[in-house]
Amino acid sequence: MDQRIDIDWTACEGHGLCAELLPEHITLDEWGYPLVDGTPLPARAVKRARRAASDCPVLAFKLGTSHEGARGTARSAPTGPRMTERLHRP
Amino acid sequence: MTATFPDLHMSPRLLAPGATPADHTTHVRRYGPLAYGDPAGLLRTLAESGLTGRGGAAFPAYRKFVAVADAARRTGRAPVVVANGAESEPASHKDRTLLRLSPHLVLDGLQVAASALGAEEAHLAVEDGASWLEAALAERHDPLPVTVVRLPRRFLAGQASALARYVSGGPALPAHPDPPVRERGVRRAPTLVQNVETLAHLALIARYGADWFRAAGTPAQPGSALCTLHVPGHEVRVVEAPFGMPLSRLLPLNDTAAVLVGGYHGTWIPTPQAAQLPLDASTLGAGVLAALPVDRCGLTETARVLRYLALQSAGQCGPCLNGLPRIAAAFRTLAEPGPQGATRDDITRWTGLTQGRGACHHPDGTIRLVRSALTTFAPELDAHARGLCTATDPTPLLPVPQET
Repeated sequence: MDQRIDIDWTACEGHGLCAELLPEHITLDEWGYPLVDGTPLPARAVKRARRAASDCPVLAFKLGTSHEGARGTARSAPTGPRMTERLHRP
Repeated sequence: MTATFPDLHMSPRLLAPGATPADHTTHVRRYGPLAYGDPAGLLRTLAESGLTGRGGAAFPAYRKFVAVADAARRTGRAPVVVANGAESEPASHKDRTLLRLSPHLVLDGLQVAASALGAEEAHLAVEDGASWLEAALAERHDPLPVTVVRLPRRFLAGQASALARYVSGGPALPAHPDPPVRERGVRRAPTLVQNVETLAHLALIARYGADWFRAAGTPAQPGSALCTLHVPGHEVRVVEAPFGMPLSRLLPLNDTAAVLVGGYHGTWIPTPQAAQLPLDASTLGAGVLAALPVDRCGLTETARVLRYLALQSAGQCGPCLNGLPRIAAAFRTLAEPGPQGATRDDITRWTGLTQGRGACHHPDGTIRLVRSALTTFAPELDAHARGLCTATDPTPLLPVPQET
């Protein structure tokens, strides 16, 4: 199951710990809030992402298995081939 | 006061003729008794009708109903239905007009929705006119009692998750969209939040069927929508018009420079382009159409609206809290003739940083307005950079509530 980073923007206070743990996936914007690319995490980063989720002082950093946006779209995982392709991307 | 001319463009479906409020007796005489039918049959009819939400997102109503029904089955909890009459958009008058003239159509729709979903709780949420609606409720003998909820006057109070939180006894503030309201809404029950106009259409679909509904509009976008028309020099009007109707038939476009389609989360479109466009559910938002006369400055109008939108941020999400006030302040600079420095680049960067990074639509809708203004009013932007403004009438046009 692919894992995606999901930020609860109502909770995030820009502490920035997630960017320190996952520098290749998260940078901070000019106000200190995380910029996430939204693609599934590669397997090698999942452990650090779990750490980021548990270390986030306000528990705003979440790991989801779906790409649930604010758009009211139905929950759906990406299709198999696309997911594999993304997981294997260097 | 809103003048209504419901029969101007099609035979009226939703608004009582003559702009006279319809009591329950008049309502039943006009539309006939309400038919509930069996829930499965109603859901089928709803699917065939192609009805989409009239609150702005144009999401298929059937899909929302099914998602709520599925969540109810999964969790074993009876759903809650909420009629959303918040209409916190200052330029929109259609929901309050509908609730004043045809309250029973909305209340019918709410009962139909509740019956189709097996809901055990129903609410009608409004900013204004709560007593009027309570009086309308007292005229009826509904199977499910309805509570009228008085909402605080905030732009985001009508956002579905904010509404669900408020009805649950919490603050009227948007929540993180996972889990969604349709799965866990009012007091954690699967919750259907549907705009009041959507429910009024549903009440008619339940009576007359999907084919009747599809007789108006286009095959891809069936039905009609209530629109709030802002035409300079005229009273604000609410009209019902079918999708696919040319915008130019709804709004006189002579001596206008641009049209705001879809309200304050919508899009500025230059008049020559707008004149070619039909009424389209994907851009109509909650139905606000406003014409900008050639003697007004679109940048000044947009700057005023942006300041209001920035102040209406719930202040919960960092990118929205930081981005919108900066964008609004920078846009004010662009609205003044004079040197612009790096202001346009700043706005481009901040809109990029704010888009898609919030719990609700507010940042994205605001950025849509910003980007369309920068494109549509590009010649005026250049004039401003040279120290000129082509507008001659500084009177504010678009309604923005006074700051308190």
